[in-house]
Amino acid sequence: MHIPDGFINLPTSAGFGAAAAGGLWYNLRRAAGLLDDRRIPLAGLTAAFVFAAQMINFPVAAGTSGHLIGAVLAAVLVGPWIGSIVMTVVLIVQGVFFADGGLSAIGLNVFNMAIAATLLGYGGFVMLRTVLPRTTAALSAAAGIAAGTSVMVAALAFSLQYAVGGEGSADPAAVTAAMVGVHALIAVGEGVITAFVVGAVLRARPDLVHGAPSPAEAHG
Amino acid sequence: MDRRTLAFLGAGLAITLVVAGGLSLMASDQPDGLERVSIDEDFADQADEHALQGAPLADYEVGGGGDGWGTALAGIIGVGITLVITVGLLWLTRRAKRSPG
Repeated sequence: MHIPDGFINLPTSAGFGAAAAGGLWYNLRRAAGLLDDRRIPLAGLTAAFVFAAQMINFPVAAGTSGHLIGAVLAAVLVGPWIGSIVMTVVLIVQGVFFADGGLSAIGLNVFNMAIAATLLGYGGFVMLRTVLPRTTAALSAAAGIAAGTSVMVAALAFSLQYAVGGEGSADPAAVTAAMVGVHALIAVGEGVITAFVVGAVLRARPDLVHGAPSPAEAHG
Repeated sequence: MDRRTLAFLGAGLAITLVVAGGLSLMASDQPDGLERVSIDEDFADQADEHALQGAPLADYEVGGGGDGWGTALAGIIGVGITLVITVGLLWLTRRAKRSPG
């Protein structure tokens, strides 16, 4: 869902760029006190994994593919603030080194996938966690459902940007409907991959998963 | 850091490299969701060529040979770049926090 240059006009791109920069600054402030010798390399590994996983486009319908965004995966593994920073770095690396996502659209892409999808998706995960049992299967499912939802958040965020400052003569309502339709399929893939990876890490090292309840909580 | 955590990080990095340098060769080259919408809704032609389209890693392809090795190498290099920038940024953030002012 990487927006190229030209889809969204420059004033709108600049506005979302400012919002994305503010979000990154806020996330860095919130993350600063959490960064210990364990979390920094874990965040690096999470960023590298999200970058790698985003390379794997899977077919979702005739002539269409999708790939993991990884926003909720990152947030569940390293927490929402560090997770959002992780996603921001991935998107900037893709735009600057890999010509994936336009340079003028980096703020749009960071806003959609690193901020809105990450923070709202993590909020959804926390809500599901409170009502589901504290088991590995339930936590994995909560991550998967939240991850699928986060894809829809990012799709709607693009639709909003297109409605505000889209170039071309497409009808914003039709664009929104099409974005929701195609990304509903991609969301299923996002959910399955996220649930699988979160489940695997929970089984190996539950203590390294930010979104897992601490042992005291789990028994309480 | 304890040895178990180091082992976890090492295994995670190995899996990540296999995904970037191996699985990536099997990725679908069909348009993604946003590209599909832009084609169906008739605004795909608004996209400008990326300003850095000539960069060495553009489109996840080193060398432009299209034989798979270029993609695998680009993926592995990308993993390295992403890892180094993330760790560097967070390390600097922690250092700034420790020495305020």
